[in-house]
Amino acid sequence: MAVKSNLTNMVAVLGLTCLFCSGVLGGAYVLTKEPIDKAAAEKTNKAISQVLPHFSAVEYNEADHYYTATDGDALVGYAIESTVVGFGGPLSLIVGITPDGVVYNTSVLSHAETPGLGAKCTTDEKFMNQWKGFNPSIKKLSVKKDGGDVDAITASTITSRAYTQAVENALNVFNTLSHE
Amino acid sequence: MSKLKMITDGLVKNNPTFVLLLGMCPTLATTTSAINGLSMGLATLFVLVLSNMAISAIAPVVPDKVHIPVYIVVIATFVTLLQLLMQAYTPAMYETLGLFIPLIVVNCIVLGRAEAFANKHGVVESACDGLGVGLGFTCSLTVLGLVREILGSGSVFGYNFIGGNDGMLAFVMAPGAFLCLGYLMVLFNKYLKKN
Repeated sequence: MAVKSNLTNMVAVLGLTCLFCSGVLGGAYVLTKEPIDKAAAEKTNKAISQVLPHFSAVEYNEADHYYTATDGDALVGYAIESTVVGFGGPLSLIVGITPDGVVYNTSVLSHAETPGLGAKCTTDEKFMNQWKGFNPSIKKLSVKKDGGDVDAITASTITSRAYTQAVENALNVFNTLSHE
Repeated sequence: MSKLKMITDGLVKNNPTFVLLLGMCPTLATTTSAINGLSMGLATLFVLVLSNMAISAIAPVVPDKVHIPVYIVVIATFVTLLQLLMQAYTPAMYETLGLFIPLIVVNCIVLGRAEAFANKHGVVESACDGLGVGLGFTCSLTVLGLVREILGSGSVFGYNFIGGNDGMLAFVMAPGAFLCLGYLMVLFNKYLKKN
């Protein structure tokens, strides 16, 4: 520490350090922007292809958070983002609904549920598979404990209820869409 | 002091987790599995080596009174760089660790090594010191993560060995982190005393 701590020195060193660092970060930002955007787009595409049958193009509606998937001219379905409050925080799902109003599949985008309990909503096959082809006009959309047809995850009724609520919200969005 | 000794000191005698007890926040929070602990350790190692090198190089021209702000700017730059790179090339890992990457800036290990070592030594020595302490941190986090994963989820590096059954959940959550850390610390220090 040979340099004296007078005003000129301090301003010069701190200023130059900040300038240099912002330069480096600006460069890094420009270089990584493309791969970051690509990774984000890939993630959404993957999520949509999990919850809908084969499609060739998607269009995002920012106001209502849903994707319209089409294959050529034909409407494949809607992938609707739906966020509710789960047991440990926000629980975000993407729900694929085909034009006939049947749930094609669901997938969790992000969650903060308890590991080993509520977090099983991303791994429990029995729970996840019951959403494939879930027809809300035949089945009652609430967990069995509340008199519905949804099998809850063992010891995670609150998470299961939240999940069910999220699917219901998505179906409500779908209903307003199909009535337009 | 030889370069090799600098590295092994960071691993054992000055082990940041079990001996110096620095950086407890990421230690407790990210070690829910061995792979998470390992990646958090490697992320810190990356920042530690680079910031140690940069700081030892600029230390002679930094006036005393502004050295902390200058160091923090340097460290924050490396952390942000790491964050951008992880987001771009390892998005899955970024999702698990995302919240804790910015926290490396305030990890006392990084600023601690800058203050205690890098500003008094050359670039090569500082790199060795960063490597040693970083490896020490990485090993401790991996071991802690491994123990918690075995007890809490019954798996090793994501490979489940008890088949479908759950482990002891508490170990994946915060109380288990404190318990495991405590016991590992006892074992580690007992071993140190013996030698």
